[in-house]
Amino acid sequence: MSATTTARPAQKPASMPVTRVGARLHRGVGRWFVLALAAIFALLMLAPFVIMAMNAFKSAADYSQNGPLSLPTEIYTTGLVNFWTRTNFPVKLFNSILISGLVAVFGTLLSLVTAYAIGIGRIKGRVWIVAVFLIANMLPQEAIIYPLFTMANAVGLSNSQWSVIIIFTVIQSAFGIYLLSSVMGTFPVELLEAAALDGAGRFRILWSVVYPILRPTLGVLMVFFFIWTWNEFFIPLVMLTSNDTQTVPIALASLQGDRMMDAPTTNAGALVSLLPALVFFLIFQRTLTRGVTAGSVK
Amino acid sequence: MASTQLSATRRRRATWVPYLPYLIPGVIAFVLVIGYPLVMNIYYSLFKWKGGLAPMRWYGLGNYADLMADEAFWTSFRNSISMVVAMVIVPALVGLMLAAVLFDYLGRRFGPKVASVLRATYYLPQILPVAVAGVVWNWILNAQDGAVNVILTNLGVADPPDWLGNPQLAMPSVMLVLIWVQIGYPVVIFMAALQRVDPELYEAAELDGAGWWARLRAITLPQIKPETFVVALTCTVAALKVFAPVYVLTRGGPEGTTLVPSYYSFLNFFDKSKVGYGAAIATVLTIVIIVVAGVILRFQGRAERREQEGR
Repeated sequence: MSATTTARPAQKPASMPVTRVGARLHRGVGRWFVLALAAIFALLMLAPFVIMAMNAFKSAADYSQNGPLSLPTEIYTTGLVNFWTRTNFPVKLFNSILISGLVAVFGTLLSLVTAYAIGIGRIKGRVWIVAVFLIANMLPQEAIIYPLFTMANAVGLSNSQWSVIIIFTVIQSAFGIYLLSSVMGTFPVELLEAAALDGAGRFRILWSVVYPILRPTLGVLMVFFFIWTWNEFFIPLVMLTSNDTQTVPIALASLQGDRMMDAPTTNAGALVSLLPALVFFLIFQRTLTRGVTAGSVK
Repeated sequence: MASTQLSATRRRRATWVPYLPYLIPGVIAFVLVIGYPLVMNIYYSLFKWKGGLAPMRWYGLGNYADLMADEAFWTSFRNSISMVVAMVIVPALVGLMLAAVLFDYLGRRFGPKVASVLRATYYLPQILPVAVAGVVWNWILNAQDGAVNVILTNLGVADPPDWLGNPQLAMPSVMLVLIWVQIGYPVVIFMAALQRVDPELYEAAELDGAGWWARLRAITLPQIKPETFVVALTCTVAALKVFAPVYVLTRGGPEGTTLVPSYYSFLNFFDKSKVGYGAAIATVLTIVIIVVAGVILRFQGRAERREQEGR
């Protein structure tokens, strides 16, 4: 299993009007039927989002009278305000951005430096080292959580965002090291040798030869690390125990079952909790799909 | 001068040694955050311990012996099989079908734009925090005023079921949510895989009169094997580790019917204060994951070798 980020061959033009095959493709009713099926499936996938949005702006009275399937009679932001103030949402948002952002930066840096030794330095036993990182990536978090919890208490990082930042920097970089090592394994040797001939040291080569060439891949990694960390649940749930340190997903989940949480509040909360991820997704959609493939193709 | 130095060094000692300093931060970080805690967890699993400052009582392999006789433990691993069905098998099969239809059929007839919009829609649940997805679904499936049951009542169903509260229905409901969450991942990966396949292969097969199904079996499936293994490996590991959806949807209930190993170990750690027992469950889960991953990687290696011999 090795990975490269080489761009896949450019997509062939969709239609080939010159050939007979192409001409045939654009006729027929069958294609509309298949399109309809695919579209219906897409609507089913979207349905929960739609229902959520429909109920996020209802008043509690409107909801109990007309149920979840009606459009709101009037736009109420009571649910939103309720969720916003009860969870102290700006604080949660700040925590999530702080943790995910720093993990994205630190994790990418750690991946780059470590993979430099493995992929370009060709350290002895590198296959085993990469295997260990891969296993680290697959471990269930339950198998390390209690000792981590104890350690955080011991060094005064209990209930601190920094404990979560440190832990996820390492966990995420396990994947990053695996990916970057195999990318760097295919790095053009001539470039490295030319730089060495010019008198560049290993550190100079890393920063002025390897880093610029790998920048697109590192960008993908950062987007990944950010989203993965944003969506993490288990470790933040255990490590962050008070209101002022918790992240967005934990805030939403911990309000669940609260008697004060009526349906509009729940939906408004879910809506604002997924908006940041959605915005991020829309901005980086292209990078992301490229990145998903980056890890997969041999 | 630099060049003579370089080649001289190269002859005298191994070239990789000077790179060792770059490995050091990573190694220290991994030992501290993963290696040491992992060992400590195994150590804890040999004790009876309520956690914190409570005394640790040596119990040897007692926790593991207790696990073997613990019905809930076995249930949790049986439920892992349901998780594999919901997060690996169904998404991979449906995902492959969707990817093939999007890329091969709709993409060619309506243009790549249509295909990529549909793909993005299928992928959407993948990007939202799974805890958020769980909270929304928890409400949609709510017995009293959930959207599903309101629809059913409007359709005239007198007594709509309690989707997450009925022991018979809870697991299928959780599985349905997980399929919804998971399906976009194989679609995206398989679509990328299909773009890699040489279109001439298809054109040749088409000229030979091979139908859609024959082409899928003879060309597509063998060609996208690497991606299939990636999907199988990553999704299976994720299915065995699944925690957040169970936590927000059912908390392992009702009557333990949706209990999974990770949630069971969490319960013992932080709810029942049976740290040693929780550590033992986590250790067993770790071993299961490594073994399953090893088996999948082995299959992959064998498949790759067979392919090389075939050529």
